Amino acid sequence: MIRPGSLAGIAACLLLGACASERVVLLPSADGHRSAVVVRDQQSELLLDQPYAAAVRRVGGNGSYQSSPEEVNERFSAALAAQPPRPIGYVLYFEPGGELLTPASKAEFDKIRKEIAERAASEVMVIGHTDRVGSLPSNDELSKKRAEGIRELLIQSGVPAEKLEAVGRGERDPLLATEDEVDEPKNRRVEINLR
Amino acid sequence: MVKTSKGQVTVERHGQKLVAVVGTPVEVGDKVRTSSDGAVGVTLRDNTLLSAGPNSLIVIEKFVFDNKTQDGSMSIGIRKGTLSVATGKIAKRTPESVDFHTPTSVLGVRGTEFVIEVGEGRDD
Repeated sequence: MIRPGSLAGIAACLLLGACASERVVLLPSADGHRSAVVVRDQQSELLLDQPYAAAVRRVGGNGSYQSSPEEVNERFSAALAAQPPRPIGYVLYFEPGGELLTPASKAEFDKIRKEIAERAASEVMVIGHTDRVGSLPSNDELSKKRAEGIRELLIQSGVPAEKLEAVGRGERDPLLATEDEVDEPKNRRVEINLR
Repeated sequence: MVKTSKGQVTVERHGQKLVAVVGTPVEVGDKVRTSSDGAVGVTLRDNTLLSAGPNSLIVIEKFVFDNKTQDGSMSIGIRKGTLSVATGKIAKRTPESVDFHTPTSVLGVRGTEFVIEVGEGRDD
C-alpha cells in the first residue's frame, strides 16, 4: 500500500529529477580501532558505529540495517579495488643536537628510498622533530633543518624534488612525553610519510 | 594526486576537462568523474584515501591542510556513483572539520573507513 507521503515524495523526486537512493556502510577500520559515521539530513540523524552498520535513504523511507562483507563487495568492489595504497610512515633518528643520523637509521634510509621509487606517483612529506633540550624557537629551527637535510639526501639519491615537502614541528609533538630539557633520543627524529 | 586510474576518468577544473591518469594532481574545486568503465583512486595531502567506482562524480569542495600545525578542514561531495573513503590526519585531529556529503545527507566521521552509494544522483 502506498501512503500519501510517499506519493508526494515520488512526485517531488520526479520534478527534481533526483530520485536518489543513497546508502552508507561503515567498514571495519584498517587499524582495528573503533570508528563511526554520523549520517544527518534535515529531519534526522543516524549513528553508524559497528562494522557494516548501514544507512539507506530512498523515496518513501529511510532506515538502517546491518550490511555484510558480501553486500559491500557486490555494490562497492570497483571503488574498493581502486583504493590507493595505504600511506606508510617511517622514522629516522638523530645523534644529539645535530643533523647526523644514527647508524641504524642510515640503513633504514636506503630502504625508504627504494619504496619511494617503487610506488606509483609517490609523494613524500618529511617532518622533523626535536627533543626538549633548548628553546622552542631553536628547536623549530633545528627540526626544520633536520627535515630539510633528509629532503636533500633524498634528492641526492635520485628522488625528484617536486615529490618532496619538508616541514619542522619542533618539540611540540614528542614521541615520548618528557619534562623540558630532557635529552630523549626517541624524540630527535624525522618522520617520512610516503603516500 | 591521482594514484590509480582505470578506464575513462576526467578531472573538470575551471570548465576544462582533463584526462586523469596516475600522477594527475587533484585541486580544490575539481570534479572527478568516471565513465561506465572507469574507476579512480586519489590520495589527499593529509593521507585521506578516496576511490570511486564507475559512473561516479566526486567534488573536492574544500581542502585545507597545514603540514606544520597539522590543522585543516575538508569537504567532499559525492553527487552520484560509489565512493570509498579511508580518512586521514585531519579527521584524526579535528573530526568536526571533516565532512562528506551526498545530495541529501551530510556525513560526520570519527576516524573512519566507509563506503557511500548515490543512485540516480546529480550529473553536475
